[in-house]
Amino acid sequence: MSDVSLTVNGRRVTGTVEDRTLLVHYLREHLGLTGTHVGCDTSQCGACVVHVDGKAVKSCTMLAAQASGSTVVTIEGLANGAELHPMQAAFKENHGLQCGFCTPGMIMAAVDMVNRHPEGLDEATVRAELEGNICRCTGYHNIVKAILAASQVMLKGTAQVAA
Amino acid sequence: MGVEGIGARVARKEDKRFITGAGRYVEDMVLPGMRQAVFVRSPHAHAAITSIDVSKALEMPGVVGVLTGRELKADGIGNIICGWMIHSKDGSPMKMGAWSPLAVDRVRYVGDAVAIVIADTKGQARDAAEAVEVSYDVRDAVTQAVDALKPGAPQLHPEAEGNLIFDWELGDAAPTDAAIASAAHVTTMHIVNNRLVPNAMEPRAALGYYDKAEDHYTCWTTSQNPHVARLVMSAFYNVAPENKLRVIAPDVGGGFGSKIFIYPEEIVCLWASKKTGVPVKWVADRTESFMTDAHGRDHVTEVKMAFDADNRITGLKVDTIANFGAYMSLFSSSVPTYLYATLLSGQYNIPAIHANVRAVYTNTSPVDAYRGAGRPEATYLLERTMETAARELGVSPAELRRQNFITEFPHQTPVIMCYDAGDYATSLDAAMQAADYAGFPARRDEAKQRGKLRGIGMSAYIEACGIAPSAAVGSLGAGVGLWESAEVRVNAVGTIEVLTGSHSHGQGHETTFAQLVAGRLGIPIEQVSIVHGDTDKVQMGMGTYGSRSGAVGMSAVFKALDKVEAKAKKIAAHLMEADEGDIVIENGALKVAGTDKNVPWFQLALAAYTAHNLPAGMEPGLKETAFYDPSNFTFPAGCYICEVEVDPDTGTTEIIQFVAADDFGNIINPMIVEGQVHGGVAQGIGQAMLEGAVYDRESGQLVTASYMDYTMPRASDVPSFKVSTSNTPCPGNPLGIKGCGEAGAIGSPPAVMNAITDAIGSNDLTMPATPEKVWAALHAATKH
Repeated sequence: MSDVSLTVNGRRVTGTVEDRTLLVHYLREHLGLTGTHVGCDTSQCGACVVHVDGKAVKSCTMLAAQASGSTVVTIEGLANGAELHPMQAAFKENHGLQCGFCTPGMIMAAVDMVNRHPEGLDEATVRAELEGNICRCTGYHNIVKAILAASQVMLKGTAQVAA
Repeated sequence: MGVEGIGARVARKEDKRFITGAGRYVEDMVLPGMRQAVFVRSPHAHAAITSIDVSKALEMPGVVGVLTGRELKADGIGNIICGWMIHSKDGSPMKMGAWSPLAVDRVRYVGDAVAIVIADTKGQARDAAEAVEVSYDVRDAVTQAVDALKPGAPQLHPEAEGNLIFDWELGDAAPTDAAIASAAHVTTMHIVNNRLVPNAMEPRAALGYYDKAEDHYTCWTTSQNPHVARLVMSAFYNVAPENKLRVIAPDVGGGFGSKIFIYPEEIVCLWASKKTGVPVKWVADRTESFMTDAHGRDHVTEVKMAFDADNRITGLKVDTIANFGAYMSLFSSSVPTYLYATLLSGQYNIPAIHANVRAVYTNTSPVDAYRGAGRPEATYLLERTMETAARELGVSPAELRRQNFITEFPHQTPVIMCYDAGDYATSLDAAMQAADYAGFPARRDEAKQRGKLRGIGMSAYIEACGIAPSAAVGSLGAGVGLWESAEVRVNAVGTIEVLTGSHSHGQGHETTFAQLVAGRLGIPIEQVSIVHGDTDKVQMGMGTYGSRSGAVGMSAVFKALDKVEAKAKKIAAHLMEADEGDIVIENGALKVAGTDKNVPWFQLALAAYTAHNLPAGMEPGLKETAFYDPSNFTFPAGCYICEVEVDPDTGTTEIIQFVAADDFGNIINPMIVEGQVHGGVAQGIGQAMLEGAVYDRESGQLVTASYMDYTMPRASDVPSFKVSTSNTPCPGNPLGIKGCGEAGAIGSPPAVMNAITDAIGSNDLTMPATPEKVWAALHAATKH
C-alpha cells in the first residue's frame, strides 16, 4: 500500500491506496471525481486527461503514488465557480460534444494545447495536437472549431492580464 | 429568454453537465455494498468446455462469488434470442443456435463469457478470474463466412447445418436475369464490406441490484432502449417479471447501434446480485469491448447491374453472404435482409431487382446493427457499381446517376419500399456546386505537376429511417412494434416534463424535444424538461436507433401536445367565456383570437390543477399520453462528394475536401443535425480508409482488439466538412422529419472509395484503403 498526498482542484487530499492504483482510479473511486473517464486500456483515447502540475497527463498512465505531492486539476475544477472556463463555454457554443464521454479529456487536453501555443493555433496544429484524444461522435469538426474559438478568448485574456 | 422553437440553432441544454464533469454514466454509479465483477472469457475461438474449477478463485482475497453457466441454467435463466424471424426462400424458419449468457459446455468465439467473478475490487476480481481453471478441448475455428459455407468447415451449432442460418431472397429473379441477359452493358462487381467495431467511447457497463425486501431488481445499463431491455429480460431470459425489474440507462456515452442489444453481462449481473446478495457492477475494458460488442457489416457480395443502350438501368442482381458471428444477436437477422435489400433500388429507377442473402455462423463476435445497419452495405455496393459503370460506359458519373434518378413520387420500388418524397437532382447539384466539381480537372492537373494523384468520387444515397410502421415490420418478422410513446406532464405552475421512450446518448434530445414543446406553447425551453431512460418513469418505449427519434419519438410528443392543447383550449374558453374555436396559443398565453383577452400559460395550468372552475364534467389536471405508430418509413437522401490526393510513392491518401448535401426533411436544430452528419461522415471515412476488424484465419484470435491495432479516425485523419441541407418535407409524419443520424455513415464510404480508385486508376481496392493497399493497387495497375 502507498500513502498519497496531493492537491486536487485546490483541495488537499490524503489517503492510502493499493500500489497498483492508477491516478484515474484514485480520482474516480477514492475522491468521487467521476468526470474523468476511462475509455481504453492503452493510453490511446485521452478520456482521462487531467492536469498534473499544470501539464496535461493521461491519468490512466500514472500511478496515484507517482502523483503524490502534485497539484492536480480535473474537469470538475476547471470552471471558476459558476463561470465556465472559456474552453468549456466554446465546446457548448460550437456543439463540440455529443455523448459527452470524451469531452472532459478533450477539454483538459485543449486547455493545455492553448497554453503551450501562446503564438496562437491554426486548424492543422489543432488537429495534429489532438492525436491523443479520440471522439467517436463529432467527427472532430466542431471540436476543432471550439478549440480555435476558445484559444482566441484565452489568448486575449492572457494579453489583457499581461498589459 | 426568448422562445427557441423548431428550426432554431439552440445550444444544448444537456451540455452543462458534460463540460463540467457532472455527467452520470453507469460506471459512475455507486451503491452501498456494491462489488466489482470480471468475466472469465474464452481464449479460444472454438472449444468444448471439459471442466471448470472455481475452488482456487473462491479462496482469493476479496472474492464474494464465482458463478458459472451450469448454475445460471439451473436457475432457469433463458438463452439469448434474436427477435426478428426470417424465413429462408424454401419457407423454413431461420436456424437459431443456443446462446447461453454464460457458456455451459462449448465456446464459439474469443471472448465468449464462461464465468463471472465478483470481488471487493476490480483488481481482486481480475486476479481471481485468472485463478478460475477452465479446461478446453480446442476445435478448429472458422472466421470468414465464405469459408464457413464450404463443405467440411467446422460446425458451430447443431441447429444450423453447414453453418447456414438462412438463405433468403427478395425481388424477382426471372425478370432480373432476363434484364441482364438482354443488356447492352453489364457492370460486374465483387464487393467486400469490411467488418467494423462500433467503438462508442463509453465501454459497455452494467450494474445489477437485487432488493431482497421488495423482491425487485434494478439494472443500470449502457442501453439505447432500456424498455426493450426490460421486455426481453423478462419475457425471454426469465430474469424477473416486468413489474419486478427496473432498467435505467442514464447518460450513455455513444451507441451507434451497439447498445441496442441485450448482452450476456446485464443478465448475469442481475442474476448474480441475487445469488451473492450484493450489487454487482461490471465495466468492460476496451479490449473486452472489441471482443464482445456486436460488430457491424462483414458482407461479401457479387453484383451485376444491367444497362440498356441508352445507359438506363434495367436490372440489378445481388448475391450476398453475411457473417453473423458465433450467435444471433437481438436484431441481427433484420440487418442484411429488410434493412438492406429493401434499399437496393437506391435513388434510381430500376425495374427489376433480385437479392439473395445467406446468413452464416462463424467463430467471431456476433454481428448486428451498426450506424446505418444494412443501408450502408446497400449504398456501398450500388454507388461503387454506379461509379464503375460510368467509367466503363465512358460517361460522367454525375450524369449517369441523374439520368437514372427517380423523379416522381410516390415511387414503388421492386423491393418493398415506397418512397414518399425526394428531390435527388437538387442534392446532386448542391454537392457538385459546393465541391466545384466542374473545376476538378484543373485541380487534378495542378496536383499532377506536384507529383500527386487527385481523384474525385461521389455517392448518391438513400436510406429508410423513422423505423417503423409496427404492422409492416410485424408482417416482415419483427418480434416488436416500432412505435414510440410520449407523455406531456404540465405541472401546476406551467413548467413541463416530457417523458419519452426515445433515449438520448449524444443526439441532444433534451434540447430538440424541448424546442418542439417550447415552440408550440411559446414558453422558454428552460421550462421544459425531458425525462428518458428509466422504465420506472417512462411507461414504455422502443428507444433510439435507425434515425427514429425525430420522426417517431418527436411525433409522439407532437400527438401528446395536441391533446394537451385541446384540453387547455377548453379550459381557456371556459375561463374567458369564449368559443373554444377562437382560442389560439401564442407567446405563452391562450388568447381569444382578435381580442386582447388572454390567460397566461401558467395561470391556465394552475386552473387545471386547482379545478375550482373547470368546464362541467372535466377531470382536473393537465397531462396527456400518446403512442405514435408511423404510417411509413421515411427516406432521407443526399449526395456526397469526396476529393482526395494520393501520394504515389507512399500510397498515403489525404482527403482534400468532403461535401455532404442532404435532404432530411424538416429540421428542428440545424446545429445538431450538422453534428450528426459530421460524426457519421467521420465514421464512414473510418470504414473506407482506416477501420477493419481482423480475425486470424487459423486461430480465430481477434488481431485488432485495442486502439493500438484498430485504427480509429483521429482529428488529423479527417478534414472539416462542407455540409448543407435541402428540404422535401416528409409527408408521413406530422413534423415532416426524415431523420439524420445515420446518413453520414451510409453515404460516405463509396464516395471515398470512388475518389481513391479514380485517383489511382485502379478499381481493385477494398476497404479499408490503407496506404499499403493503395500503393499495391496503384503499382499493380501501372505494371500492366
